[in-house]
Amino acid sequence: MKHLIPEFNEMRKRYPPDFESSLVIPCVRRIQEDRGYVADSDIDELVEYLGVPRIQIEEVLAFYTMLRRAPIGRYHLQVCHNVSCSMRGAERLVAQLTRTLGIAPGQTTPDGRYTLSTVECLASCGTAPMMMINDTYYENLDLTTVDALIAQVTSEPHAERHT
Amino acid sequence: MTGKQLFMDFDITATSHTLAEYKARGGYEALAKVLREMKPEEVTKEVSASGLLGHGGAAFPAGRKWGVIKLNDGQPHYLCMNADEGEPGTFKDRWLMEHTPHLVLESMLIGSYALQGRHSFIYIRGEFDLSYRRLADALEEAYADGLFGENILGSGFSCDLVIYRGAGSYVCGEASAMLTSLEGKKGYPRNRPPRLTVQGLYKRPTVVNNVETLANVPYIMKHGAAAFRAVGTAKSPGTQLISISGHINKPGVYEVEYGYPFAKFLFDDCGGILHGKQLKCVIPGGISTKVLTAEDIAPLVLDHASLLDAGSQLGSQGMIVVAEGTCMVRLLQVMLRFYHHESCGQCTPCREGMGWLEKISTRVVAGGGVPEDIARLYQISRANDGTTICGLGDAAGYATVGILDKYRHEFDFYIEHKRSMFDGRLEVAAA
Repeated sequence: MKHLIPEFNEMRKRYPPDFESSLVIPCVRRIQEDRGYVADSDIDELVEYLGVPRIQIEEVLAFYTMLRRAPIGRYHLQVCHNVSCSMRGAERLVAQLTRTLGIAPGQTTPDGRYTLSTVECLASCGTAPMMMINDTYYENLDLTTVDALIAQVTSEPHAERHT
Repeated sequence: MTGKQLFMDFDITATSHTLAEYKARGGYEALAKVLREMKPEEVTKEVSASGLLGHGGAAFPAGRKWGVIKLNDGQPHYLCMNADEGEPGTFKDRWLMEHTPHLVLESMLIGSYALQGRHSFIYIRGEFDLSYRRLADALEEAYADGLFGENILGSGFSCDLVIYRGAGSYVCGEASAMLTSLEGKKGYPRNRPPRLTVQGLYKRPTVVNNVETLANVPYIMKHGAAAFRAVGTAKSPGTQLISISGHINKPGVYEVEYGYPFAKFLFDDCGGILHGKQLKCVIPGGISTKVLTAEDIAPLVLDHASLLDAGSQLGSQGMIVVAEGTCMVRLLQVMLRFYHHESCGQCTPCREGMGWLEKISTRVVAGGGVPEDIARLYQISRANDGTTICGLGDAAGYATVGILDKYRHEFDFYIEHKRSMFDGRLEVAAA
């Protein structure tokens, strides 16, 4: 984490003074973007940098669904299966991805390439069904072309951007 | 056309979100006028006179919220924009952030000036990608142009803005949970009183407003409260951005003047029901609002009074359209899975109740339901009402009771025959 401190110092400039506690979430997000997850050593260093209680950081990591303490696949496929997406094909989409990738939601392929998740509403209901591949939304998905889409996206180097 | 358009009055191009083009269509003129001609309290007075109502779900009068802030109390005041759009079926604030981010920023500047806030925040949903990038890029453009920072436009007013990204939590869209999250903690809602306008972010007076609510303010400043009141209805002035999805031919975001006929909106503007099916029902304002059947909808207009009379609400303006032949038992199960997933776990009735609701509905869908399950769903829904800190459990209860009251026969059938009255799917097949 230590190499991110200059960035954190820059970020703090637009916050009011004494807002160290507020910086926990932006800092852990940036750490995760950098490492792919938040390690125990990151927590130790962030405690030291911000002066907040360790339990606060641990609670944040446990509470928010986007944060994780262990690595996942290089490509995180998150399929929305809330009401509107289910009404427009999300359940078939999940079934198809499960077949293609050979993993159930919540699992990672043995080669560490893909993690499949089902998630609740990503505010993309008018363009259902949809999924995120890492940070990017893919909307109006067509089940006949989704496998090709995944192959294409994961062949582009920038797609590995990970939050 | 869905009535007068206050937001959707320009062509969307590859560059229409930039500072140069926003200024070319009159952007930041309202800010200049406010800083040059108006005192902070006059801004709040004009917003109150406009009758602007909140667009996040509760329809609370914006001016009344602002009016609680005492400008000379010697404390810092904070304005926080709620951009944590997460109510299922709702995606209208994305339209504003993606297509006119500078309008969003201008509204933050005017609001911050009215409340005399030196530091302001936009709390944006953690997963949002394009919305965040558009806002973040716009903010850098605005800083470089002297629209944020010290002594804005030579007025002596200074304001810094932070775009704060959430990290995945529905409950953080609730205003007090949002401020707890903005303090860098897990997003637990807080008991009121004290109200957030008295003790909000770090116990300082704080106003939390939805994106669309604030985005109306530049228009009101530029054209005056009377011009704003000339749009919409007497009790619901202005327009609303409705996001519509589900079994509808033309899903998307529409700007609709308050008072516009509900059925005309569905069948003319949104192209009617998918595959030429009949309309079964509409969840009108995000899944936390009570379902309206096709018969309920026929006489309604899209304003607050009309939907309240029909026993529902416009809520967060996220409509989900359901075609005939859709299994309401499955629909309720998907909704309850969501509420269980998103319950923060702070209050017992919600933490336990959401799990029970999901479990019972899942059992019914699997064919293992018993007749007493219906009474149990009612009982748990009612036990949540008013017994928890925030409205998440209440909302799940309203949604459950709303569906059970109107589609009880589908639940009875499912439990008796161990299968759906229909094909049990949420998708509708082409005829």
